[in-house]
Amino acid sequence: MQLTGWGRYPRHESAVLEPDDFDEVGRLQREAAGFVARGNGRAYGDAAIGVGSTLLTRRLDRIISFDPATGRLAVEAGVLLADILAFAVPRGLFPPVVPGTKFVSVGGMVAADVHGKNHHVDGGFGRYVEAFDLALPDGSRLTCSARDNGEVFRATVGGMGLTGTILSATFRLRRIETAFMRQRTIAADNLDAAMAALEAAADAAYSVAWIDSLARGAGLGRALVFCAEHAGAAALPRGTPAFPNPRRRRLTVPVDMPSFILNRYSVAAFNDLYFRRGAAKAGRDVLVACEPYFFPLDAMAGWNRIYGARGFVQHQSAIPKPASRAALGEILDCVSRLGAPSFLAVLKLLGPGDGLMSFPLEGYTLALDFPVSKGALALLDDIDAIVVAAGGRLYLAKDARQAPATFAQGYAHALPQFRELRRAIGAAGRIESQLSRRLRI
Amino acid sequence: MTDKPKTMLLIGATSDIGLAVARAYAAAGWRVLVVARDPAAAARNAGDIATRSGAPAAVFALDVTAPGTFAAFAAALPVLPDTIVCVAGLLGDQARAEAEPDHAAAILRTNFEGPALLLDLFARHFAARGSGTLVGVSSVAGDRGRASNYFYGSAKAGFSAYLSGLRNRLAGVKVRVVTVKPGFVRTRMTKGLKLPNLLTAEPAEVGRAIYRAAEVSHHDVIYVRPVWRLVMAIICAIPEPIFKRLRL
Repeated sequence: MQLTGWGRYPRHESAVLEPDDFDEVGRLQREAAGFVARGNGRAYGDAAIGVGSTLLTRRLDRIISFDPATGRLAVEAGVLLADILAFAVPRGLFPPVVPGTKFVSVGGMVAADVHGKNHHVDGGFGRYVEAFDLALPDGSRLTCSARDNGEVFRATVGGMGLTGTILSATFRLRRIETAFMRQRTIAADNLDAAMAALEAAADAAYSVAWIDSLARGAGLGRALVFCAEHAGAAALPRGTPAFPNPRRRRLTVPVDMPSFILNRYSVAAFNDLYFRRGAAKAGRDVLVACEPYFFPLDAMAGWNRIYGARGFVQHQSAIPKPASRAALGEILDCVSRLGAPSFLAVLKLLGPGDGLMSFPLEGYTLALDFPVSKGALALLDDIDAIVVAAGGRLYLAKDARQAPATFAQGYAHALPQFRELRRAIGAAGRIESQLSRRLRI
Repeated sequence: MTDKPKTMLLIGATSDIGLAVARAYAAAGWRVLVVARDPAAAARNAGDIATRSGAPAAVFALDVTAPGTFAAFAAALPVLPDTIVCVAGLLGDQARAEAEPDHAAAILRTNFEGPALLLDLFARHFAARGSGTLVGVSSVAGDRGRASNYFYGSAKAGFSAYLSGLRNRLAGVKVRVVTVKPGFVRTRMTKGLKLPNLLTAEPAEVGRAIYRAAEVSHHDVIYVRPVWRLVMAIICAIPEPIFKRLRL
C-alpha cells in the first residue's frame, strides 16, 4: 500500500507487515528484505517507509513491568507515549524526555533519540534508556544496554531503525508533584533578544521559543520565549486537584484544507496577533496543564491536513553555538525575504547528542515547516547550504528531501562507523528505508 | 477509586477486545482476574493488565466448550467478581464449517453454548448476592444470518437472545446484563481484511465503550459505533425474498 510520513510527502509503495509478537517479528525479518520498522508514523518524511516492506510495531503494545519504588518502566516498542502518560501522570510520574507530540511510539522515540524542551539540560530520550531488545536483521534477538552490546546500543539510539527492529525498552520515569507547569513568557523583539532570553533561561527545566518567521528588518527573529517547570503542589490554588482527569475531546481536521488558506498574509496576520497576545501576558508566571504545554498541536487530530493534499515538509536544523547567530540570521532572512509562510517556527537550545547518529549537538535548533511547493523546496536547498557551511545538520525524523551530500557532511563524524556497524550486523542491504536509500546510508 | 477495589473477571484473555476491556477497567482502578483456555498464551496480556491495574492479574484456565468444568472453576475463584465480561468466541471458517460438522459444532459451542451456560452459573450467584453485572460480547452478525458466516452469526444470535432473556429475568434483583455488539474491530482476527474506516473501531474504543455501558451509563444493549444500529436496521428491514439473493 501507499505510505507517507506525517508530512504526507513523499508517498511510496510498500508492503505492510503487522507482527503480533516478538517471535513473529523475527520470522518476518528472516523472510523480508529491504524492510524497516514503523511505529505510529509520526516521522515527517520517509524514515519509516521500507523500500520493500514496512514492519508495523503497533501490535507490540504491552506494558511489561513497572516498579513504583524506582519509577522503572519496561514497555514493548509499539506502546505510545500517550499511553505512558495516561499510566504515569496519575501516579505522579513523568517521562524524562517528551517530544512535541504524544502520538509517538517508544520504539520511534529511541530510534530518533527524540529531544524535548529540556534537551539543553537533560539530553535526549536515549540518555534515559537503560536497555532495549532489538530484533537483528537475521531475526535473532539481542538485549542491549550501555554495558552489554554497547556499540549496537549507541548506534540504535538515533539510528532511525536501521540496525534492527526495537522490540522493547526500559527507562525510568521522574517524580512530579502535579500535572501542571509553571510557565513564564518572555517577549523578544528580535533574534538577538530571543537568543539572549533562551541563554538567560538555560537553567529553566524547559525552554523553547516561537519565532515569527515573517517579521523583517529590525524585528527579524522576534519571538516569544516560553520557560517552564513542573509546578510543585504548593503552586496550585487551593482546591485544584494535582492530577485532574484529562479531557479526551479533540478537534479534528476532517478534510484537506485548500492549500491557499495558509499564505504569507494569513500567516503574517496570525503571527502578529499571536505575538501581541503573548507579549501582553509576558513576565507573569501562569499555570498550564502539562499536556497542552508539551503537545499543543495534539489538540487537533490530523493537523497535518491543514497544509492541503500536497502535504508539507518540515525542516529542522541544528547549528553549533559559535556559528548560530550568523546562520540563524541568514536563514530567517531567507524565509522572510521570500515571504514563504512557515506556520510553525521554533527555536531551541540543544546540548550534546547521546547516540552515534543522534541529531542534537551543542547549539541551537530551528524548526520550520512549509506546504510542499517548488518554491519551498528551492528555499530549503538554500537553507541547507547555510546549515552545512555553519557545521550543522538536519534532523532525520523530519527530513523528506535533503540531498545526500548535505547529510554526508552533517553526519560525517559518525557515518563511517555507522555504516561499518550496519555491515557487521548484516543490516546493510537488508534493512532499508526510503530515507536510507535516498541518503545512501 | 474506592477504598475496596472492585473485581472484574475477564473470560477470553487472549483476545484483543478482552485486553482492551481489561485496560479500561484497570485504568478505573479495578482489579482484574483473567480466564483463558491456555494460561501460558495469556501471560503476556496478564502482565500488561497487572501492571496497569497495580494488582496481580491471576490467570485461570478454562475451556468454554467444557461446561462440565464450570462449577469447579467458579468455586475455585478467590472472590465472586463484581462484573464478568465474556469475550470468548471463535469466528471460525464458514466454508470449513459447511464441510466439517465438528468445526461447525466448535463455532456454535464457543460462541453460544459455553458463554451462555457459564454466565448462567454466575447469574445464580449474582442473583443470590443481589448485585453484579454480566457483560456478553455478542455481534452484529447475530442480527441477521448471512451466507458468509451463518454458523458464527446464528451462534451469536442465540447468545444475544440468551442475554436478552437473562436481562429480563434478573431485572428485579439488581443484576445487570449488558449486550455488546462491537461491529468491525481492528484486531488480530480481522488483520489483513480491508475494513471500512467509518464502521471499524479500534479495540481501545470497544474497551472504553464496554466499561462506560457496564459501569457508568448503564445501557442494556450497545453498538460500539452508533452507525451500526442504522446499518443493521437497514439490513434487517430488507424483505427475505430480496435478502436471500444478496451477497453480503
